[in-house]
Amino acid sequence: MGSISTTIFYIITFLSIYVQVFFLITFLDKRRKITYSPEGMTLTRYPKVTVAVPCYNEAERLEKTVLSLLALDYPKEKLEIFLVDDGSTDNTWEIIQRFATYPNVHVFKKENGGKYTALNVALEHATGEFFGCLDSDSLVDPAALIRIIKYFEDDAQTMAVAPSVIVNNPKNIIQKAQHIEYHMAVYNKKMLAFVGGINVTPGPFSIFRKYVFDTLGPYKKAHNTEDQEIALRMQKHGYKIDHCPDAYVYTNSPTTVKKLYRQRLRWVNGFIRNCADYRTLIFKKKYGAIGLFTLPAGVVSIIGIIFLFANMIYSLVRASIDKITKIHAVGFERASQMHFDWFYINTKAIFFFIIILYVLIIVSTVIGRHMTERRTKFSFSLVYFFAVYSVVAPFWILRAVFQSITQKETNWAVERKA
Amino acid sequence: MYTAGWKKYVVVFIITAGIFAVGFYASDYLNNKKLESIKSIQDKISTDILSSETQFSLLQEIPCADVSNSILSQELNILSDKINYSEKNFTGNSDEITSLKKDYSLLEIKDYLLLKEASKRCGLKPVFLFYFYIRGDVCTECTREDDVLSKLRDTYPEVRIYSFDYNLDLSAVKAFVSIYKVPEIFPGFVINGKSYTGGKSFEEIEAIIKPLIAKNAPKKVITTVKKEDSTTPLDTTITPPAVDTNTGQPNTTNDATETQ
Repeated sequence: MGSISTTIFYIITFLSIYVQVFFLITFLDKRRKITYSPEGMTLTRYPKVTVAVPCYNEAERLEKTVLSLLALDYPKEKLEIFLVDDGSTDNTWEIIQRFATYPNVHVFKKENGGKYTALNVALEHATGEFFGCLDSDSLVDPAALIRIIKYFEDDAQTMAVAPSVIVNNPKNIIQKAQHIEYHMAVYNKKMLAFVGGINVTPGPFSIFRKYVFDTLGPYKKAHNTEDQEIALRMQKHGYKIDHCPDAYVYTNSPTTVKKLYRQRLRWVNGFIRNCADYRTLIFKKKYGAIGLFTLPAGVVSIIGIIFLFANMIYSLVRASIDKITKIHAVGFERASQMHFDWFYINTKAIFFFIIILYVLIIVSTVIGRHMTERRTKFSFSLVYFFAVYSVVAPFWILRAVFQSITQKETNWAVERKA
Repeated sequence: MYTAGWKKYVVVFIITAGIFAVGFYASDYLNNKKLESIKSIQDKISTDILSSETQFSLLQEIPCADVSNSILSQELNILSDKINYSEKNFTGNSDEITSLKKDYSLLEIKDYLLLKEASKRCGLKPVFLFYFYIRGDVCTECTREDDVLSKLRDTYPEVRIYSFDYNLDLSAVKAFVSIYKVPEIFPGFVINGKSYTGGKSFEEIEAIIKPLIAKNAPKKVITTVKKEDSTTPLDTTITPPAVDTNTGQPNTTNDATETQ
């Protein structure tokens, strides 16, 4: 039993280090191609862009979101903003109506049907050459759109561009932990973009050529993760997805463990189910990195976290029993005596591998931070990141796996209410 | 480049495998260093015992003071703890650990024989505790007993504790098992020739050995000293006999002592 467990441990650690090394090698290889747009950048042509904001009970935050869209550094006549009320029960619709007077803002109200239905209403009316979504809990940087459109201008093959999503004004420990995670996500997404392996076009301000929806069809429910599904659908059809590191979107991240848990439960549940729906991509050479790297790496990380968590619980229980036994045998005073002797320092190989893995993860957060903030100074939030995610993440992953097995759907509206 | 070629996957695999190789090498190197440190302690103890044996053989005498102090070096206890730890943690070095355990068991037996012989000549009757264990899930109480014995060694350094892996493939240990008719119930103890089986708490073992220690202790003396500045004319204390550091024999020339 012990040797099987150890072997699984080694395999999972190997694959986890493999993923991090893959990112690092890609970074070292492509780092000169990570470019940032100069201030005051202009385009040779300003194509029309439609941005949809699906809203469900977002009265508190919606105004700032729309104002950030209106402040975009992009010609107003070329920017079409659709505000879609997905059957809100608060005063969201009143706030939406305040913006109806703006010439480039169009408002819609519909029965509650989920985010994807709100987006599809916008798609039906969209007249732009490009279409994008902005979650109503996010704020967009004024230069984000022009920087993203530049990617389309430079490469006609690019069908979608994802932005760099950053936590807006992180205040508490939970948000600071996410702040670090989002830095790492920026780095990972850019590296995946280099190899054609992006599996999510995030709800906050991913921009698509309208051609994508004209040829592949509208958004699908996709287990309440339509942003994952559309990316996988595009990958399946060989549509290129890129990432613009300096197109910043600031998202209001969950402020409590409970809210974070709900959000991640939906994400992981969506990943597992979309992975199952698009299982034909996995390990198929013709689909490139999405099938050979991204999806397998995601599956490995889920299995790995569950295994490591189970192992950690087992080790803690075992250590506690040993300690209690020792206290019972020789008394508390002797059992709690500490003698430093280098002989008793853990020198198992797996211990080294876990240290290496942690170092690689820290490196990825540092690179991600440099990509988003141009700073590499140590942030204490890193400690929060490891503390929060080591303890809480296994729970939402375990629950998501359980829900996926039992076919229970997560709910976007419930998450919004929370 | 929009896709990652096979070359990249292979290169990353090689680098990861390289990291693993370095990790395994570092772990193996440090574990070997630890085992070398055990070997070094064993060599020192071996030399100590050989020195005592030689002294005993050549001069037909060994300082009784040394017998009552410790032929069994305290380092033998440290060694025991480290071998236990190694057994549980260095799974890849089982051959070396088995070899070290054999050496350790032999050292214990040699120490026992030497001490037994020397004690006979010095008229001492130390308490000998033989502990037999087996590793693995079969004997869950053996782990607890390791801690109990470790405490016992520290609390009663005069008790000679020798631990043996019952399943160790060593003829000397098998002979030992045969001589003392050790039952196949673990953990097992033989304390001054009497067998006990099953896990024992510190207090339980203490209850067994305490009377033996008292019974076999060197004769006590009452030392009567007249203190010049004392308000009472006599202070009475109990001390063990003084020992001549040159001969190792009890010093009986002290005219201030009176045999009880």
